[in-house]
Amino acid sequence: MQIKKSSEVYDVVIIGSGAGGGMAGYVLANAGVKVLMLEAGPFFDPAKDSQQLKWPYESPRRGGNATRPMGDFDASYGGWQMDGEPYTQKDGSEFQWFRSRMLGGRTNHWARISLRMGPKDFKCKTAYGVGDDWPITYDEIKPYYDKVDRLIGVYGSMEGMDNDPDGIFLPAPKPRLNELFVKKAATGLGIKVIAGRGSVLTAPLPGNKDRGACFFCGQCNRSCKIYGDFSASSCLVIPAINTGNLKVITNAVVREILTNGDGLATGVSYVYKDDMQEYQVNTKTVILAASTCESARILLNSKSSQHPNGLANSSNVVGKYLHDSTQGGTAVILPQLLDRDRFNEDGVGSLHLYAPWWLDSKKLDFPRGYHLEIFGGMMMPSYGGYFGFEGVTTPYLNGYLPGRDGKMKAGGGYGAGLKDDYRRFYGTMAGVGFHGASTAKEDNYCEIDPGVVDKYGIPVLRFRYKWGTDDVNQAKHMQQMAGAMLKQLGGIPLIQPAGPETNYGLDKPGKGIHEVGTIRMGDDPKKAPLNKWGQTHDCKNLFVTDGSVFTQQSEKNPTWTILALSMRTAEYILEQRKKQNV
Amino acid sequence: MNRRDSLKAIGIGTLTAGAVLTGCKPGETAENVQVATTGREAFEIARDKGLVKETYFDAHEMATITVLADIIIPKDAKSGSATDAKVPAFIEFIAKDEPQHQLPMRGGLRWLDVQCLNKFGNAFIDCTSKQQTTLLDEIAYPALAKPNMQQGVAFFNKMRELTAIGFFTSKMGIADLGYKGNAPGKWEGVPQDVLEKYGLENV
Repeated sequence: MQIKKSSEVYDVVIIGSGAGGGMAGYVLANAGVKVLMLEAGPFFDPAKDSQQLKWPYESPRRGGNATRPMGDFDASYGGWQMDGEPYTQKDGSEFQWFRSRMLGGRTNHWARISLRMGPKDFKCKTAYGVGDDWPITYDEIKPYYDKVDRLIGVYGSMEGMDNDPDGIFLPAPKPRLNELFVKKAATGLGIKVIAGRGSVLTAPLPGNKDRGACFFCGQCNRSCKIYGDFSASSCLVIPAINTGNLKVITNAVVREILTNGDGLATGVSYVYKDDMQEYQVNTKTVILAASTCESARILLNSKSSQHPNGLANSSNVVGKYLHDSTQGGTAVILPQLLDRDRFNEDGVGSLHLYAPWWLDSKKLDFPRGYHLEIFGGMMMPSYGGYFGFEGVTTPYLNGYLPGRDGKMKAGGGYGAGLKDDYRRFYGTMAGVGFHGASTAKEDNYCEIDPGVVDKYGIPVLRFRYKWGTDDVNQAKHMQQMAGAMLKQLGGIPLIQPAGPETNYGLDKPGKGIHEVGTIRMGDDPKKAPLNKWGQTHDCKNLFVTDGSVFTQQSEKNPTWTILALSMRTAEYILEQRKKQNV
Repeated sequence: MNRRDSLKAIGIGTLTAGAVLTGCKPGETAENVQVATTGREAFEIARDKGLVKETYFDAHEMATITVLADIIIPKDAKSGSATDAKVPAFIEFIAKDEPQHQLPMRGGLRWLDVQCLNKFGNAFIDCTSKQQTTLLDEIAYPALAKPNMQQGVAFFNKMRELTAIGFFTSKMGIADLGYKGNAPGKWEGVPQDVLEKYGLENV
């Protein structure tokens, strides 16, 4: 075995091809920079590889979850666990880490919910008295949000809300029938419900000839064959490859970033899965965008005499301040919709309706808020995915509602009567998900497990994450809201109310798949690895552009902010290249 | 990309979408699918190929599953039976694909046979239709079932769930439910008459 070293020196090597890596690659390649992108998984082009428009019976498991945790058609290679690539926990931590190893990463299957953070979100300490302020303001980021909106496309409605800034919107899709019931119930509780905001082309994207407009199959999680929604693969990396300036090596698992005697980055070493050989490539600049936790892992594994604590980690903060959204929710069967009308209600595969945080946290026992995501409608009958087989509750619920003859009967059964009940209950489910902001804390972190390596011999991550009192109080409030919504809706609840013994139904950390913060931005090099441009304080030709850069998350889903910040960092690199600083 | 090009790109071309999407090639039933390879990881393809070669349930178990499935979802005026929709084959596959079903199914089928042997002197499939439903009535209604029948309730819940999944995700079952989507269209919201029916026109 030997290490295969290339003599070529790239302008930039980007580690990772998701939202953060994809955007940086797109900007740099379009500016004529010679870029090499390393992706740990295989090539994935939604035009060819998407499972869009398949019927459940085209899967032997009818869409089941055996190999893909979000269903057989979901566009994610990977999941909560990956064979031969473990992660460990300490202090009873239960952090859940979702990885997608493929071109475009997790953007191939995400829900396309595309929210801007607001002015107060960038100044958490000042506005809410907890966490830390970002070293940047909303006004500094706004031009990049605007450019991302124009480049990629996002639908929404103009609302003029202070901390939920409007974007440059395509028309919002209309709500489904079931969602209107939830909207009515929420409105009755004084909650302002507005159109969702999603990166789906509900109308043609001006100036873009490569992407088709949405045809409303509601299957964004399978990724879109006509590029009608945003995936980093279809909308950023593949167009960047087409410039001739960006080369991708897939199945390249990065081991470490290499540095020289001056402590500057000089290259990247990786394992090529196809031949299991070791490779090294040379570069003038490195952009790290392997995902929040994987990027921290790479830095911590990149030790040298100049960077004994891991690369860019003189602050000893890399891996710390890991934080994910809080999550809760409820679902109901709406009896008024029994035997409901049939029509194609697929809509878009993102959010039709949502409610931005609507209360004043100063009057509550937790500092930050959460938003509501409303769902429901006549979904394709299927097994697996988020909801499993919708009819699974029918033989339990048919004992709670009168039959066609107006008479009650015992729940359960078999035969023609039961068969008819499945028809009657079909398409009657609706619900709401709550997604909240958690405050970044130093003692929630990932670190290198000193005793465990993966199948490539790379030391793995060990997690330590505990929800705090604020998080639990927020979950308690979510439960109260769920109860109030259920009362207002008048349906049959499908989820039992949760109490203190389960942290009020608070999902395990990581389950939100909004984890951020492990390589945070901050002006003080002693307290944060990155400056406000996403450049490491310790190593000026090393930049980070994924979710790890977040100083503090908000209740807004992070992808749109990752894209805006990555674009800004890439433009900064272009400026610095002109000045010959990197 | 305009709409026509979009449809071409996803392989629908100028034919009506419905005909292509729901149609099958001659001699091929939709449910009798080959192992898909496009857009799937190598380990998934290898796993699927392995699973279709394996057999889990024996002939007697499959015969019992077939009888039970058709009792749970019989043919009626609107659609065929569970067997018509090849539900037993689905149950055989899913038990290999999701091994957590194996023990409850195998043990449950045996439990059922022993109950029938004790009560009627025959295995379940050799009982009369009346005897079969007499036994099932004791396990098909969870809230009414006696304490000594709870293992049977657990088995029947699973059997009923797998049967319903198999049926309502088949082409026949989806048509029965009246699902209208999974086809390119233009979503313009809930039809006005439906909104009015539920008093939601101003929501």
